[in-house]
Amino acid sequence: MLLAIAWRNLWRNKLRSSVIFISIAVGIIGAITSVGFMSGMVDQREDAAIANEVSNIQIHNPKFLLNDEAQYMVPGAAQKVSEIEQIPQVKGVSLRLKVTGMAASANAGAGITIRGVNVASELKVSDINQNVIEGTYLTQNARFPAVVGQKLAHKLDLGLGDKIIITLSDSSGTITSGAFQIEGIFKTANDQFDESNVFVKKSDLAKLIGYPNNVGNEIAIRLNSNMDTPMVVNKLDKMMVGDIHSDKIIIQSWDQIQPLLKSMVEMMDYFSYLFLIIIMAALAFAIINTMLMAVMERTREIGMLMALGMNKRKIFNLILLETIFLSIIGAFIGLGVSVLVVHHYAIYGFDLTNAASGLNSFGYSARIFFRVSNEFYFISLILVVIIAIISSISPALKALKLQPATAIRENI
Amino acid sequence: MSIIQAKNIYKVYNETHVPVHALNGVDLEIEKGEFTAIVGPSGSGKTTLLNIIGGLDLPTEGDIFIEGTNLKTLSSRQLIDFRLHNIGFVFQAYNLIPVLTALENTEFILELQGVSKKEREKRAMEILKTVDIADKRDHKPGQLSGGQQQRVAVARALVSQPKYIIADEPTANLDSKSTEELLTLMKKMNEKFQTTFVFATHDQRVMDKARRIITIEDGKAVKDETFER
Ligand SMILES: Nc1ncnc2c1ncn2[C@@H]1O[C@H](COP(=O)(O)OP(=O)(O)OP(=O)(O)O)[C@@H](O)[C@H]1O
Ligand SMILES: [Mg+2]
Repeated sequence: MLLAIAWRNLWRNKLRSSVIFISIAVGIIGAITSVGFMSGMVDQREDAAIANEVSNIQIHNPKFLLNDEAQYMVPGAAQKVSEIEQIPQVKGVSLRLKVTGMAASANAGAGITIRGVNVASELKVSDINQNVIEGTYLTQNARFPAVVGQKLAHKLDLGLGDKIIITLSDSSGTITSGAFQIEGIFKTANDQFDESNVFVKKSDLAKLIGYPNNVGNEIAIRLNSNMDTPMVVNKLDKMMVGDIHSDKIIIQSWDQIQPLLKSMVEMMDYFSYLFLIIIMAALAFAIINTMLMAVMERTREIGMLMALGMNKRKIFNLILLETIFLSIIGAFIGLGVSVLVVHHYAIYGFDLTNAASGLNSFGYSARIFFRVSNEFYFISLILVVIIAIISSISPALKALKLQPATAIRENI
Repeated sequence: MSIIQAKNIYKVYNETHVPVHALNGVDLEIEKGEFTAIVGPSGSGKTTLLNIIGGLDLPTEGDIFIEGTNLKTLSSRQLIDFRLHNIGFVFQAYNLIPVLTALENTEFILELQGVSKKEREKRAMEILKTVDIADKRDHKPGQLSGGQQQRVAVARALVSQPKYIIADEPTANLDSKSTEELLTLMKKMNEKFQTTFVFATHDQRVMDKARRIITIEDGKAVKDETFER
């Protein structure tokens, strides 16, 4: 009967209760949709970085990572590539020759990373070809073709068909340079990447700096699903355990290569909960206020209940239950609407075209697909219940302080 | 042994600020089955005395025994439990829980006592029939007249078969017809179940039905009369 009383008490002041339902609902919708939006942004950044920049897993010679010199090749690279290609979760493997150098046009210069790639295998690993906005991506028949980022092209004032002079050190450590012809210009969501990356054919680059065509200092592995990354890393660790122990190679997943990206994803999680807690804490005051009013209005009634022999624990439970009902109704409304909104934008995306030019420099693109985990919905609900319990304490104590004899005399 | 035994009761409100001496040495004994009215001018201490008898308040001085139990010796938790199991209450107004129906209000005490659902429904319905309000079982207090509400309150006070029922001006908000009906009902219940009633009143019609009238003035019992009726 306590449940019935608490539930029905809720509807005695419909307006006041509705204000709380709506406040809680709006708070939850605000929190969840913002979190959905922000997670969507982070996801997108992560997906784009994997697709265009880092792939899921990379293998290097540890010395290459330390010194960034092209000469530190992955030992037995060709053999490893064909082994890795056998792993079912792997979509593609690309053996690259990666060199840092300078790019120059007639007017300007810039520090760049130049990757010599085998076109057929690179297409399975990187989505850069899909981001080519002008020209084509390293066709087999062109002579010394290069694909450059749009930002770099702008910086060097170069266009399709123009020559780009690349200066780097060759296998013997001598500075050398070569001319490539710009055959394609790409644009990803990450301006920084576009500003400093050039792709050429591996055979061309190897010839320029004096290496055979079958070596490489970077093996990039792309998986069908990023969820398999830890599992495949594990597999590779076992497969190449000897090379790893003798420090000949190092296997890294995307989040080790770009730890900032990883910590962004993690921070997003912390931030989501912090955000939710702050909103809930604000709502707690509204809930406390409403329940205090309800208790004060019912002084006589509570006095009467005490007189009849309702003990303090039951009075406390009555107020606790009423507070929980009050909060949980708002929470369900809020969660229901949030699920619909998040679901909608998860499918159709949220168009940010107007803000996109600014976002691009941070590596985001213009359409954000919302994401909220089931866990987050669930924790929101739990948090509402916890907030309700905390909020009920002060009104309940107020009720418990009442003395039946005096409460009944009250003229309310 | 008397059901209620009040010995030299003093009650001072606001002891620290402006003390109000509401009761000044009241001695009182009430036997099982009595139908007793406490009367006196406004402010004489009727409500104060009833609250003390009903275990809602403790005397500043003196002792109150209910069938030998000194209420002063009970902890506040025990006192609540004592009221639940031994005393019925009918107040002047706002007796009922507004969100519960007449039947639910009547059952409520039994639920607090931990009586099973089936049993309490049976007993509540029986008593609602006895006080002649069973047809309004599913009405909430707001849908009942003042007289009907007081009937439900009496039913609720009776349903747990308490040792005695305290009623503070139960008819103060009623018209004369409802007053008459309620009194007839209370007296009938008093006779039928041997339930002890102690009520405070200003109302001459109520006094006319009482078998014992205790008059209080300035916190002292000044007259104690019994009548055959
Ligand atoms: N909580 C309280 N604090 C201070 N004084 C009180 C309190 N309750 C009652 N009094 C005072 O005690 C005295 C007795 O009050 P009580 O309510 O018992 O009188 P009563 O006989 O019931 O009056 P009425 O017929 O008007 O109901 C009054 O002077 C009253 O003002
Ligand atoms: Mg009074």
